Amino acid sequence: MPLPATDTVKAQLMGAADVDRTLNRLSRQIVEHLDDEAEPAERLALVGMQTRGVHLARRLRDKIEAIEGVRLPFGVLDATLYRDDFRQRLRQPAVQPTDIPFDVYDRRLVLVDDVIYTGRSTRAALDALMDLGRPASVRFLAFIDRGLRELPVCPDFIGRTVPTAPGEEVRVRLSEIDGEDAVYLVAGSGYGVQGTEGA
Amino acid sequence: MQTDSPNKPVEALNPEPSTQNHQPGTLKHRHLLGLADYDADEIRLILQTAREMKAILERPIKRVPSLRGVTVVNLFFEASTRTRISFELAEKRLSAEVVNFSASGSSVSKGETLKDTARNIEAMKTDVVIIRHSSPGAPHFLTRCIRGVVINAGDGAHEHPTQALLDLLTMAELELPKQPGLADFDFAGLNVSILGDVAHSRVARSNIYGLKALGAEVTLCGPRTMLPVEAETLGVRVTDRLDDALDGCDVAMALRIQLERQGAGPTGLFPSLREYHDRFGIRLEHLDRYPDLRIMHPGPVNRGVELASEVVDHERAVILDQVTNGVAVRMAVLYLLSGGSTLE
Repeated sequence: MPLPATDTVKAQLMGAADVDRTLNRLSRQIVEHLDDEAEPAERLALVGMQTRGVHLARRLRDKIEAIEGVRLPFGVLDATLYRDDFRQRLRQPAVQPTDIPFDVYDRRLVLVDDVIYTGRSTRAALDALMDLGRPASVRFLAFIDRGLRELPVCPDFIGRTVPTAPGEEVRVRLSEIDGEDAVYLVAGSGYGVQGTEGA
Repeated sequence: MQTDSPNKPVEALNPEPSTQNHQPGTLKHRHLLGLADYDADEIRLILQTAREMKAILERPIKRVPSLRGVTVVNLFFEASTRTRISFELAEKRLSAEVVNFSASGSSVSKGETLKDTARNIEAMKTDVVIIRHSSPGAPHFLTRCIRGVVINAGDGAHEHPTQALLDLLTMAELELPKQPGLADFDFAGLNVSILGDVAHSRVARSNIYGLKALGAEVTLCGPRTMLPVEAETLGVRVTDRLDDALDGCDVAMALRIQLERQGAGPTGLFPSLREYHDRFGIRLEHLDRYPDLRIMHPGPVNRGVELASEVVDHERAVILDQVTNGVAVRMAVLYLLSGGSTLE
């Protein structure tokens, strides 16, 4: 799938090898951060945010399994129904599946998203998670932190920090859906339709 | 009170869907007046969204905040229990503000017109109107009186689109080995028979439109007095023999004989209830003879008339699944139609 026609690429921030190296580091950071847990697979779980966060979380799970030999539980979260831009949007965004196949009660969760921008999606995701139960803790992993926060949200794990301007967009592209692993900085259409935080 | 002139130009009866700025994954329509002008993509989007809404109903906290601040009026000019409660629950599950209106005991009994009632309610700053009315076209009329979103909850013998959508969702959930496409809302090859008073049924009409859009084959069966004269133009098969309708049929949808409307006897559309049950009622012997047949009914059931009591309680009857799906489908419709651009 090519980039949207409205995008003008300003710079390629990461290639396939960069994406993989960064995921390797992030998976080790997660393992390191949580190695004081007695039974990690019992208490720790990864939750990927629709759409690209899901694929990132799945890759992190596989890498952690390769390092530690532990296969962490893995869930999928769609926070669309918890968004705060209901009245600003031209049309309703599509609702995608939420599938958390484990009890979140008393779990240590790592929430995974591709880009953090305003922090509003993260706020929505936290509300969605709390409606599913009461996790022991939630840590947040953002593959790209592009700054310009509007809410007091701070990722615990960051793939790369990229200073950006409001008119720009960061496109994280993953082979599972986009046919390539890469990250681009583009002069975007401004609607954030491609997996960025939008709004 | 209102800012726009009451004599503003009248829009078309079925407002044309706007093709401008239409993205896949969104509805083209502002209102849900009927399924006649909804295409397969729109119906599938509603059903897909309803599937995610249904997952919310299985959670410990059965509520999401997506319609917070939106006020929905349930404007019911006709008696209804199931549909009204189903809409009200759907609205509450999405965190909308809910106002209920029923014609009895209201200003309608003082002679107020539908237009005035609706415009007065809208002047109180409401956003979405759910309307049930005995007159076909009342929801269409309402779209010309008010600026909010209008959702048809049954208008006379015309359409009842949310009932048809919940029926379609229930059919998509059936596990029929010969119909692998059902779960993806591809109904090609599915045979559905609608039994009973089809001519006077808004449920049947909406179902015919929806089933045809998704590719199903539809057979209508009932006494000739109860079959619509325009059946040929609807692209359906018609028979007055029950076994013709059930042979090769995957889903039989029995309609309620509306005793209060056409009754049995000299003024009715059929001679007696017993004769109707003997010729058109589904009994255990039919379930034995057609082992793959599933039974649906929009409710409320007349036990022993359109369905034998044992059939209503049979494991191949999915009548209560229909009710559960009603809330999910109405959540999906409310969510998809309540987007920012429609509420200004």
